[in-house]
Amino acid sequence: MSTATEPPIVAPGYDSATVTEKITEVVLKRPTGLGWICGFALAFALLMVLNFAIGWLLIRGIGIWGVNIPVGWGFAIVNFVWWIGIGHAGTFISAILLLLHQDWRTSINRFAEAMTLFAVACAGLFPLLHLGRPWVFFWLLPYPDTMGLWPQWRSPLVWDVLAVSTYLTVSLLFWYVGLIPDLATMRDRAQRRAVQLIYGVMALGWRGSARHWKRFQCTYILLAGLATPLVLSVHSVVSVDFAVAIVPGWHSTVFPPYFVAGAIFSGFAMVLTLVIPVRRIYALEDFITIKHLENCAKIMLATGLMVAHGYGIEAFMAWYSDDRFDIYVTLNRILGPYAPAWWVLIFCNVIVPQALWFKKIRTRPVALFVIALLVNVGMWTERYVIVVTSLHRDFLPSSWGFYSATRWDWMTFIGSFGLFLCLLFLFLRLLPALSITEMRELVWKQKEGGK
Amino acid sequence: MMKRDVWRSLDELEDSKEFREWLHREFPPLASEMLGDVDRRRFLKLMGASFALAGLTACTGQPIEKIIPYVKQPEELVPGRPLYFATALTLEGYARGVLVESHEGRPTKIEGNPEHPVSKGASDLFMQAEILSLYDPDRSKRVTNDGRIATWDDFLTVATTERKKWRENSGAGLRLLTGNITSPTLLSQIETLLREFPSAKWHTYEPLAPVSAAPLYDLTKADVILAIEDDFLGPGPAQLIYVRDFSSRRKTLEGAKNFNRLYVAESSPTLTGARADHRFPLSPRRLTEFAQLVIERKGESAATAAIIEDLKRHPGRSLVLAGDSLPQSVRDSARNWNRPLQVAEPPASNGRPLSELKEDLREGRVDAVVILGGNPVYDAPVDFEFEKALVGVPLRIRLGLYEDETSEVCQWHIPEAHPLETWSDARAIDGTTTIVQPLIEPLYGGKSAHELIAALAGNPVVESYEIVRQYWLSRLSNDEFEKHWRKAVHDGIVPMQIPSSATQLPSAPQEHSSDGVLEISFKPGPSVRGGRYSNNAWLQELPQPFTKITWDNAALISWTTAQRFHLENEEIVDLTYRGRSVRAPVWILPGQSDDCVTVHLGYGRRRAGLVGNGVGFDAYGLRTSDAPWGSGGVEIAKTGHKHKFASTQHHQATEGRDLVRCGTIVEFRQNPERIARGAEPEPAANETLYPPVPTKSYAWGMAIDLGACVGCNVCTIACQAENNIPVVGREQVARGRVMHWIRVDNYFEGPAASPRIHFQPVPCMHCENAPCELVCPVAATVHSSDGLNQMVYNRCIGTRYCSNNCPYKVRRFNFLEFQRNPFESAPVLKLLRNPDVTIRTRGVMEKCTYCVQRIQRSRITAEKENRTIRDGESTPACAQACPAEAIIFGDINDPKSRVSRYKASPLNYSLLGELNARPRTTYLAGLRNTNQEVEKQ
Repeated sequence: MSTATEPPIVAPGYDSATVTEKITEVVLKRPTGLGWICGFALAFALLMVLNFAIGWLLIRGIGIWGVNIPVGWGFAIVNFVWWIGIGHAGTFISAILLLLHQDWRTSINRFAEAMTLFAVACAGLFPLLHLGRPWVFFWLLPYPDTMGLWPQWRSPLVWDVLAVSTYLTVSLLFWYVGLIPDLATMRDRAQRRAVQLIYGVMALGWRGSARHWKRFQCTYILLAGLATPLVLSVHSVVSVDFAVAIVPGWHSTVFPPYFVAGAIFSGFAMVLTLVIPVRRIYALEDFITIKHLENCAKIMLATGLMVAHGYGIEAFMAWYSDDRFDIYVTLNRILGPYAPAWWVLIFCNVIVPQALWFKKIRTRPVALFVIALLVNVGMWTERYVIVVTSLHRDFLPSSWGFYSATRWDWMTFIGSFGLFLCLLFLFLRLLPALSITEMRELVWKQKEGGK
Repeated sequence: MMKRDVWRSLDELEDSKEFREWLHREFPPLASEMLGDVDRRRFLKLMGASFALAGLTACTGQPIEKIIPYVKQPEELVPGRPLYFATALTLEGYARGVLVESHEGRPTKIEGNPEHPVSKGASDLFMQAEILSLYDPDRSKRVTNDGRIATWDDFLTVATTERKKWRENSGAGLRLLTGNITSPTLLSQIETLLREFPSAKWHTYEPLAPVSAAPLYDLTKADVILAIEDDFLGPGPAQLIYVRDFSSRRKTLEGAKNFNRLYVAESSPTLTGARADHRFPLSPRRLTEFAQLVIERKGESAATAAIIEDLKRHPGRSLVLAGDSLPQSVRDSARNWNRPLQVAEPPASNGRPLSELKEDLREGRVDAVVILGGNPVYDAPVDFEFEKALVGVPLRIRLGLYEDETSEVCQWHIPEAHPLETWSDARAIDGTTTIVQPLIEPLYGGKSAHELIAALAGNPVVESYEIVRQYWLSRLSNDEFEKHWRKAVHDGIVPMQIPSSATQLPSAPQEHSSDGVLEISFKPGPSVRGGRYSNNAWLQELPQPFTKITWDNAALISWTTAQRFHLENEEIVDLTYRGRSVRAPVWILPGQSDDCVTVHLGYGRRRAGLVGNGVGFDAYGLRTSDAPWGSGGVEIAKTGHKHKFASTQHHQATEGRDLVRCGTIVEFRQNPERIARGAEPEPAANETLYPPVPTKSYAWGMAIDLGACVGCNVCTIACQAENNIPVVGREQVARGRVMHWIRVDNYFEGPAASPRIHFQPVPCMHCENAPCELVCPVAATVHSSDGLNQMVYNRCIGTRYCSNNCPYKVRRFNFLEFQRNPFESAPVLKLLRNPDVTIRTRGVMEKCTYCVQRIQRSRITAEKENRTIRDGESTPACAQACPAEAIIFGDINDPKSRVSRYKASPLNYSLLGELNARPRTTYLAGLRNTNQEVEKQ
């Protein structure tokens, strides 16, 4: 897709062999550096914090968190929506951009997909943990039970379970199928027997025959087709958790598109947050170029504007509906006890991304990194505002209350970064972080001047 | 220790004997006190032997326990079906007739006795909560002598020796101190004792009751009532009568006829003030002026002129109720005015006042003091220095439910039997006598006051039953005593009038010094009274009517006063009054009069028990004998600290939402429909995506009459007792996790200085289009065929989505295993649980069920008799307890049922009806009977 005036997607001077070499040597040749060990140790320590918090939660009960009546949902749901949202960028990059033949996606798709999986893993924890009795979580699933009981299909939580589990399954398959040829490459290049065996088993007997390639291409495209609607459906369903309820501030038809835009917005912010340091540390600047960063920034700008539009529409509809409860919630968000959170989200999600209109900023990794971090904070705050400020003051003033997170809330939230980062560190150390196959294809295409 | 160059302290440098001693004994239990002849080897040997022997004890065979069914079925006892026994419970000595529900021998619930003229089936807070006090694990469990465990026989030996002395000096040094006693048997026992020892004296002290109680008036005949600092609808021995009679003149069902009118002038909001048609918040000083203006006609203002006019217009049908804190002259004039409506003089005991005992103690004229009940060390006027005076008495005997502050300074403590554990009798405020019968053997081996007095009278073996029966044997009936006795015990009423022998004692002087800017006013704790109920966790956790705080008391001040002293809510201040000081947190209360600090008694207990210890501050520390209800001259000083209250309602303004609808009777007569009409129309019944729920059989529904509700909170406690609702403790309340299934919302309307006060009881609405049911992912909350919104506890996985989606926020979640918290975990409390209601585990949602267990019971009865459930046959606990009959429950499919008639009223409305949840619980708007003349002021 690149025209003559645009910079190339991959820095010049690479051929198939050097591409393969450069990506595999990160895993196979490079010694485990001190940086990696320190990073992993930190992530592991956070993971242990998560374990501790979960352990105590299971022993004592949900009461160790700050949730109460009227604010029945707190950090757990905020974190769930946030992590799920982050996952969206991965699927968006790998599936939708693949279908749209956006070649630049190639060098970041593996990474983004891994991020999706890990984010969904983190997200999946929270709705389970937030149950009063998490050990009976499987009652949410439709399974043949001796009492003849089904889930209650009118409840969006059931849709949510199905949406998220489908999403996890499809994302995992998509990611794994994409990995198969690369795993074979790893198997072939590994020096030690044990390593060869492990990659060999995971490569599922890939020999690189034409038939394999044919099947592979077909499956990959099919899975991309399957994953595409999920990008839209998962967060729509998550938003419906709120929109179906009659709680003022939740009960709004704008939620599905606005949530999807928000998800992609935060997802790309997370991609940038992770990719900018990784490309630097692993010297992958030739593969993940400024063009990639700039494209991500453009998508962030676009989705950020959609989110801002969503905020506007929400406020407008509250006024236009003349519903006194909706009007109150809107005013309460802006001026009430949780107003600081609202202003943080406006600053981070509406004002800060406007900087991305400027090419100078879009092409400067440090600036992008800072903006991406702020957007991550802003999107988390947005979910906090939606969940907490709507619940804390609803219909009857007599029941109004306050929510404040306890140390266990914070430990669980911070601990979930431990899980995410642990998985990420292991991924970077054990699997090719970029798709070797697709990079080779890209280098060939670039050399040959396209198809 | 040698003198050294390097030293750590001046003491060490000096190297005194004391310092060496101190150094040597720094860890007395360990180092220097260890016996020298136990070396390491010997220690290990002993330990090994101990382990071996301990192991051996494990070889004891467990006793074989056989379960044996009844060979002969006890009369009337069917396992699983409760029995009800009539008895009475006393409050400040006055009885309220009760029916106690007993499941296989364990009492579980207290209801009012429908036959009893005071309760007539309704109950007050303390009746409902008494069942928890019965089982209270903190109650005293043994006789103690100087803190050591002793036996009742030990005590009898002492009593016998003492009796010899008393017989010699005709009991000159013997003093008896009791609370207000109405028990004819106990009074006659005391009389006999005093006859035997003529020089002995009997004193009575009730911290909250005036020496001469006001007579009982007939409120059903009163057209106009003016209450000045008299909370006649609030907690007290006559509350049930007054609330019922007052509300009977506020019924709107028949078209708001025959309404009474209530004017209230008071220093701090009370339940009475909240119901007033016109309320005047006045500081105590100005209240006296106001009372003199109205009653003694000393000068007139425009408002008082209108009130006087109104009173005069209803001669013989109007009441002026003057509170205990007002000058005696005012109260006497009021009493004269009220004479046409007086129905009874309350029975009073003839004990001498506490002040005389204090004098005797101080002069050393007392050799032995016997304290029956009460807690004078805690609640006697602070200037009596009662504790100091009491310690000087050679023999101090205490009979008490708890080893409390008073027991602490008595040599002998004898555990008292709870009223539900012993035979006795008691009289109500209207003179009705009830035989008190036990429901259970004394749980903790308590003795009754009858037995103690009998022991002092040299009759130690006789039991309460014999004493009480013996008393009535001569009086009840000459022939067929057994028949009459059984009937009296069964009915809970002795069908005979005992003439009130009370001689009116001069009232304690109530002085009003006008010095200083601020006045202090002492009020009984809204839910712990004077401290009698401090250790009752239900009552401690009950939100107080206006502040909604739990587990605390506060110094209540008005907003203006707060501004004047630059105080913020929850700020801790030092209250200094007559040279004594108490540290108290401030609560700014709308409707509080300016320049007045109101403090609630009954808190700050040191030895109440696990529940009551250290809750709040002790306002008795400021209360003096010459001004028991307060006076001027209190000073406030900031301390710079803050206190966090655990309040259940943080917001008491309606935000312009038409949640509580009300109007005046004039408006009602002009247009009956308008008052209850909301700002937004209710959607039509068919505006839903889902098919209608067929209601072929019963359709349970509830109507709550806001015009009748006085906000007494008894529904909350009754529900808690019926439905095994756990207490969660102060910290969890502060986190917003109180578990009450029915709460009484309180709203203020209008200016903060003098707001209109509304109450609104809110149980589950059992919506027909229930928003909670829609969102539950596991169908744990579903609709029953008779329209109940049901919770299936063992299906609930605890997503809390239902609670989020409940617009009324009536759902309650078990955030923790509340049954395991310190207030619930005592094994004895298992006896208290209602066996018909499941105990909920951690992680499940719960809420009001309309007392489905009661519905099921009546359904079974009805089906056995092949009929339908009759109207009123099944009543939820809240409705049954309500003294105002404000909660009406029944089948709305039956157009003739009471609830259907209530719902047909033009005042009927649905709370948040515009949401189309179609609640089965609806409200009747309240009406006020305002006086145009006063309104204009």
